[in-house]
Amino acid sequence: MSAISEFNPSEYFKKVNAAGTLRFITCGSVDDGKSTVIGRLLLDSKNVFEDQLSAIQMESTRYGTQGETPDLALLVDGLQAEREQGITIDVAYRYFSTDKRRYIVADTPGHKQYTRNMATGASTADLAVILIDARKGILEQTSRHSRIVSMMGVKHVVLAVNKMDLVEYSENIFLEITTNYLASIEEMGFSSVEAIPVSGLKGDNIFVESENMAWYEGPTLIEHLDTVDIHSDESALPFRMQVQWVNRLDADFRGFCGVVDKGTLVKGEEVVISPSSIQTKVKTIFLGDKEVDEVSAGSAAQLVFDEEIDISRGDVVSSLANRPILSDQFCAKLLWTDDKPMQPGRQYKLKLGYKEVKASITEIKYLEDVSSGSQLATKNFQLNDIGMVNISVSEKINIEPYSNSRQIGSFILVDLVSNQTVAAGMVEHVLRRSTNIHWQRIAIGRGFRSLQKSQTSKCVWLTGLSGAGKSTIANIVDQKLSSIGKHVYILDGDNVRHGLNRDLGFTETDRVENVRRVSEVAKLFVDAGLIVIVSFISPFRSERKLARSLFDDGDFIEVFVDTSIDECEKRDIKGLYAKARQGDLLNFTGIDSPYEPPVAPEVHVKTEFLSAEECADTIVETLM
Amino acid sequence: MKTQALKQALDNGQYDVILAGARRDEEKSRAKERIFSFRNSSHGWDPKNQRPELWNIFNTDINPGESIRVFPLSNWTEVDIWHYIYEENIELVPLYFAKVRPVVERDGQLIMVDDDRFPFRKGETVKHLKVRFRTLGCWPLTAAVESDADTIEKVIEETLAAKGSEREGRLIDSDSIGSMEKKKREGYF
Repeated sequence: MSAISEFNPSEYFKKVNAAGTLRFITCGSVDDGKSTVIGRLLLDSKNVFEDQLSAIQMESTRYGTQGETPDLALLVDGLQAEREQGITIDVAYRYFSTDKRRYIVADTPGHKQYTRNMATGASTADLAVILIDARKGILEQTSRHSRIVSMMGVKHVVLAVNKMDLVEYSENIFLEITTNYLASIEEMGFSSVEAIPVSGLKGDNIFVESENMAWYEGPTLIEHLDTVDIHSDESALPFRMQVQWVNRLDADFRGFCGVVDKGTLVKGEEVVISPSSIQTKVKTIFLGDKEVDEVSAGSAAQLVFDEEIDISRGDVVSSLANRPILSDQFCAKLLWTDDKPMQPGRQYKLKLGYKEVKASITEIKYLEDVSSGSQLATKNFQLNDIGMVNISVSEKINIEPYSNSRQIGSFILVDLVSNQTVAAGMVEHVLRRSTNIHWQRIAIGRGFRSLQKSQTSKCVWLTGLSGAGKSTIANIVDQKLSSIGKHVYILDGDNVRHGLNRDLGFTETDRVENVRRVSEVAKLFVDAGLIVIVSFISPFRSERKLARSLFDDGDFIEVFVDTSIDECEKRDIKGLYAKARQGDLLNFTGIDSPYEPPVAPEVHVKTEFLSAEECADTIVETLM
Repeated sequence: MKTQALKQALDNGQYDVILAGARRDEEKSRAKERIFSFRNSSHGWDPKNQRPELWNIFNTDINPGESIRVFPLSNWTEVDIWHYIYEENIELVPLYFAKVRPVVERDGQLIMVDDDRFPFRKGETVKHLKVRFRTLGCWPLTAAVESDADTIEKVIEETLAAKGSEREGRLIDSDSIGSMEKKKREGYF
């Protein structure tokens, strides 16, 4: 410990930073020895500490698969369930360094049911190590893994043909696998592919050149990783930065903060803000609290402009030559990540970079068979499904195809009720038709039409179980209002299904569309100055929320017609509950299809305590 | 003790977001934790039910009763931390630097004897060794390591050459296999 004085941290950090951190993902399943290969990388690069090694030695006797030798997979399988079952379930991030580079490894599970985990790991990776068991060759999962990483934008692949020790280090086997693999990924657009024969267990060609494969003249795995050139020169491109945060230090200061996505910006340069299209000059650039003359891709910068302009989180600052596309309709590749299936037409929250908007899936183009690449027809997506869809968002946003920008070409969808991340998407291309259909302005507005009828138009939305009394109450409200000269119309669930919605059934998907159409019609009626009463079971909160979002505050009155399922079943005026119980009627709300009661309705009437007349009075009072 | 005190403070404050400095390179179960890590109303972590975290897009929408533990330094390593301290000249508590200090050797760990509350076990005697702490947790559950690194340059060199992990001195991690995961499920950081 006495020779320490020579060490200079600055030089060390400069050297390691110059090569850049390489983020890579490993794909394969338990049998391919994926965790063992990573364990070997960590061990041989001396990134495993003595206490960790002795801990896995202890665990090896309990969970290990290698007898007396420590099971290297235990270095990476962090969760108890993973060690017990001997599989990787979740994405784990590992860190190690050589004297050339620093590494972040995403270790992800390979089974089909964990596709979303692999996509997560791949979303930030520059390179993928695809593992193949030399004894088995190319499997269905090999193409699946390759297609997923290609879809997520990974450009570089290492084909690690593992367990060479179990095929007597045969050159022929290695060559055959390599040839087959290259043929299978022809369409996937990788810019580099390197095949390396290895043994994770014995260490051949991982860190140390194998003595058992004299016929192989290529690099070891670590030699390749240390030298592969992954960084295209992002700082040479035209400048672009998405604003993450507006720093209002005091009344006079406004700094616009974000991470530079592409290019270099020099003080005094002219830029354009999207979507406002305002052009301005850069007055000051800050890196932290230091003033600098220029910033480049990858830096977290704060920009101050010449004049005071209105810029919000999610807006994009770019050089004049490189404005992003502005659109509210686009085609995207989608990976469904939620246990509950997609509902086309349902409204979701879309987060793209730092921008948040409402979105819905307007069309499913196809579902992709990720193993073969073929396109299939479908009505919705289930967990781990991947396919192409059209998406419409509530306002025009800055976007780019994913192939041009990971930052504003990628997005997630969030369920409005459960708050779960239900999908990850990548923009394929923008749909131009949105720019060709403009809203026709009509001279006479809603205000005049309401005034003409001496009323304020509203939408009264009755929700509740079948047989709760919605139609009865709607009828009484209609009569009461009409008798005092109001102009009212009822949209009844059953009646609308005879005409407008005759093509829809009772599956969850069709119910969503049913409610969407009626919401839009109700909106037109309110625009026409009418009081419209919608009497619909409308079982899902998301769709009622969507309906509400179409109206101005105060114009949408949600009425919960609250009758217990037992009481509804007892009444059973239409005999439907009896049929549903016998199994003659499928997807019946309250029996085999869920009803989600409103959380905070404007009016809540309990029909088991009030007469229909009294319920109607409560509603009329709220309206007047 | 730490878990209970933390939970009480969180319940009192009703916080939506708690920022912390945990890193994925510290421990195996932390390696699987998200940057935005969701906790249920009793502060428990469910490692099997984590939201996918793609690109740098974070879903921060919480349900009633839920809270988020946010770990902005998730992807930093122990060396990265020292690099940053070095570049930015950050002032540190002296315990991170080596100095001759009174310690007791217990179960292969060096526990510092810093005041008269120290509960000696039978046969334990105080030794004066040059030690430092790589990690500071609660006393007396964090052990020191023997070291000559009394400057930041030496600390960085020692960290790069270290043979033991940073949390080697955290006795709390090694109660049993999966010990940290179990504590995290119960609400520990």
